[in-house]
Amino acid sequence: METHAEAGKEGKPSCASVDLQGDSSLQVEISDASCLPHFAQTEFSVVRQHEEFIWLHDAYVENEEYAGLIIPPAPPRPDFEASREKLQKLGEGDSSVTREEFAKMKQELEAEYLAIFKKTVAMHEVFLQRLAAHPTLRRDHNFFVFLEYGQDLSVRGKNRKELLGGFLRNIVKSADEALITGMSGLKEVDDFFEHERTFLLEYHTRIRDACLRADRVMRAHKCLADDYIPISAALSSLGTQEVNQLRTSFLKLAELFERLRKLEGRVASDEDLKLSDMLRYYMRDSQAAKDLLYRRLRALADYENANKALDKARTRNREVRPAESHQQLCCQRFERLSDSAKQELMDFKSRRVSSFRKNLIELAELELKHAKASTLILRNTLVALKGEP
Amino acid sequence: MAAEREPPPLGDGKPTDFEDLEDGEDLFTSTVSTLESSPSSPEPASLPAEDISANSNGPKPTEVGLDDDREDLFAEATEEVSLDSPEREPILSSEPSPAVTPVTPTTLIAPRIESKSMSAPVIFDRSREEIEEEANGDIFDIEIGVSDPEKVGDGMNAYMAYRVTTKTSLSMFSKSEFSVKRRFSDFLGLHSKLASKYLHVGYIVPPAPEKSIVGMTKVKVGKEDSSSTEFVEKRRAALERYLQRTVKHPTLLQDPDLRQFLESSELPRAVNTQALSGAGILRMVNKAADAVNKMTIKMNESDAWFEEKQQQFENLDQQLRKLHASVEALVCHRKELSANTAAFAKSAAMLELLSDYIRLIAAVKGVFDHRMKCWQKWEDAQITLLKKREAEAKMMVANKPDKIQQAKNEIREWEAKVQQGERDFEQISKTIRKEVGRFEKERVKDFKTVIIKYLESLVQTQQQLIKYWEAFLPEAKAIA
Repeated sequence: METHAEAGKEGKPSCASVDLQGDSSLQVEISDASCLPHFAQTEFSVVRQHEEFIWLHDAYVENEEYAGLIIPPAPPRPDFEASREKLQKLGEGDSSVTREEFAKMKQELEAEYLAIFKKTVAMHEVFLQRLAAHPTLRRDHNFFVFLEYGQDLSVRGKNRKELLGGFLRNIVKSADEALITGMSGLKEVDDFFEHERTFLLEYHTRIRDACLRADRVMRAHKCLADDYIPISAALSSLGTQEVNQLRTSFLKLAELFERLRKLEGRVASDEDLKLSDMLRYYMRDSQAAKDLLYRRLRALADYENANKALDKARTRNREVRPAESHQQLCCQRFERLSDSAKQELMDFKSRRVSSFRKNLIELAELELKHAKASTLILRNTLVALKGEP
Repeated sequence: MAAEREPPPLGDGKPTDFEDLEDGEDLFTSTVSTLESSPSSPEPASLPAEDISANSNGPKPTEVGLDDDREDLFAEATEEVSLDSPEREPILSSEPSPAVTPVTPTTLIAPRIESKSMSAPVIFDRSREEIEEEANGDIFDIEIGVSDPEKVGDGMNAYMAYRVTTKTSLSMFSKSEFSVKRRFSDFLGLHSKLASKYLHVGYIVPPAPEKSIVGMTKVKVGKEDSSSTEFVEKRRAALERYLQRTVKHPTLLQDPDLRQFLESSELPRAVNTQALSGAGILRMVNKAADAVNKMTIKMNESDAWFEEKQQQFENLDQQLRKLHASVEALVCHRKELSANTAAFAKSAAMLELLSDYIRLIAAVKGVFDHRMKCWQKWEDAQITLLKKREAEAKMMVANKPDKIQQAKNEIREWEAKVQQGERDFEQISKTIRKEVGRFEKERVKDFKTVIIKYLESLVQTQQQLIKYWEAFLPEAKAIA
């Protein structure tokens, strides 16, 4: 199944699409890469595993050159387990469920499966597109390799040790961050960054909360929609059994609930797409921004340390030159980071704002549409019911 | 069988009717138990209830109280009064109905005098036919509300008192508007009295709301949280619906117990409704005995109407249960949704109606079971008669004159009993038919009104949603 991406501004491959193959590996297709001079052809496609995406992301993160940039967050691992489990459970299921109900539930589950499918692919695509859109990041050698190299990159998934290592590294990093910020000697020279820092921290926690709550709402809507299935079935069997006026009422009710169910399902999925996904994405993005800030801070700390070392060396009048050059390096690094970070953060902000705006508008419009539709259905049924003797 | 014969004409005030019913009580006292129906099954319901599984509120087939002889009240009854009536004083049901007279299931003979202990209503103003006409013409004007739950007392002896307000233009009530304070066990007591009087004649007595030890304990302990207020509110609504259903029934409306419940300011405490009393245990035992009994009764159903109706109600019961379960899940999820988005949970109303109807149907089934028991008694009487005849024949052969006389007497007695049984059976069949018809009509009306209300509230909710989203849209557009 293909998902085509919109062409961005000039200077980017106009059609980078990602396709999911049977064994959860993704097929990346690039067309019109004429803007990237390095590439031999203008159209090509490769097959990549999810792990290879992760590898690419890590390569970026570990690259010192990009320390001043916000690295686009890695796409989440494709997770079909939940749906598969539910499908299995439904299959074993209990006998009290009638055949029609069972068929409907199965349909729902399959639709869910498909939706997760699509989302995963979209995530991967967004990742690559952001990389391609960024003027610096897209010139990375690894990126080219990733896009071009016809054969398997032979990147194995992280084994346990590496995972553990990564986990430990995270801990060290956060401890380090705490230390740096707590360090009395370190003064944030730039107000802009100070402001950004506090903002980002707060923002990240808030958005994480919002994401969780949005998830819960969406799940409740979904459960509601699923509930309508047995209700509708029970009502229709009640209706077929009745012999008096209630019969038509019940049958109409059954129909009503069936339609309501579809609506609710759509509400749930819309909320999912527009709200939850967006929140989730920006949660990860703000995490990346935080990482950037951390790196800069680290650079600042290093710079400070280099200064101190230089002073010490000067007083001792030993090894002044290496200390000096080291200090120079640190200073340069720090300044470079600061500049690019500033740019990146402002980009991040504008990107974020526009994306929120678009999604929220779309969400509101969709909710309105659904609410109006369900009002219509309900009114019609009411009229029909009241009209009967 | 009896069903084919023309049932005795009703409602023309013929004294013969009353006689029949009066005599009939004796047969009833003897079967299974004389416990009044217990609207509450004691919480540790370890004994298997027959088909009333979770909603053990329906009046059980166990209770076979004594018949109330309203017929006593008709002025014409004086001449052809049966042997029993002079023994009976019209007493108001100030004593708890015969609750603790356990009788083994097999004896059929009970002294007639025992019937004295049952309660008889006071004289009514109108004859039964008038009442029925009125009911059919729907000129029936009484409104009942249950409100103002307030806590009385404290600690474990605390209880909630509800205000029962009646507005009516019926002349049998002394005032046109009045209200009294009642507690939950009063409602249960009322139900048990009504059930003991009317169930075995074939009337469908609406079941009372369920007892809930957990809920009440929370209220007693004094937790002012939302779950206990919710519980009280639910109970209040359930009590109101119960009373409304009861007064809608034209026959029940005439009952003096009901009137006393609605009117008098002081009501004797109905102790037998407590969950863990001696009476409660007894009820449990008899319920079990009855379950066994039911399994062994094999009835020759010759009346197709009854068979069909019973089947119908079985199906309906099952369906409603399923629907109830689904709607319960819906309510749960809506609550979740509303907790997350602050909306309303309207499906609870549907749920209420469904659970009410599940219990009502259990009541209907109980009525059918009664009919079955009636038939069984009749059969037994016939068998005994046969036996007595045989005994007589033997006596004749053995030529013992005194024994013969005795045998003859017994035969006469049993013949009467057989006839009685037959008449009872026909009576109960007829009553059930009428009741079921009325029940169906009520059901249709009830369901429709609730469904319409529910849908309207859904529409309202959706409209509010629309309003909110429309307000939000310009704000979203203004994000910069």
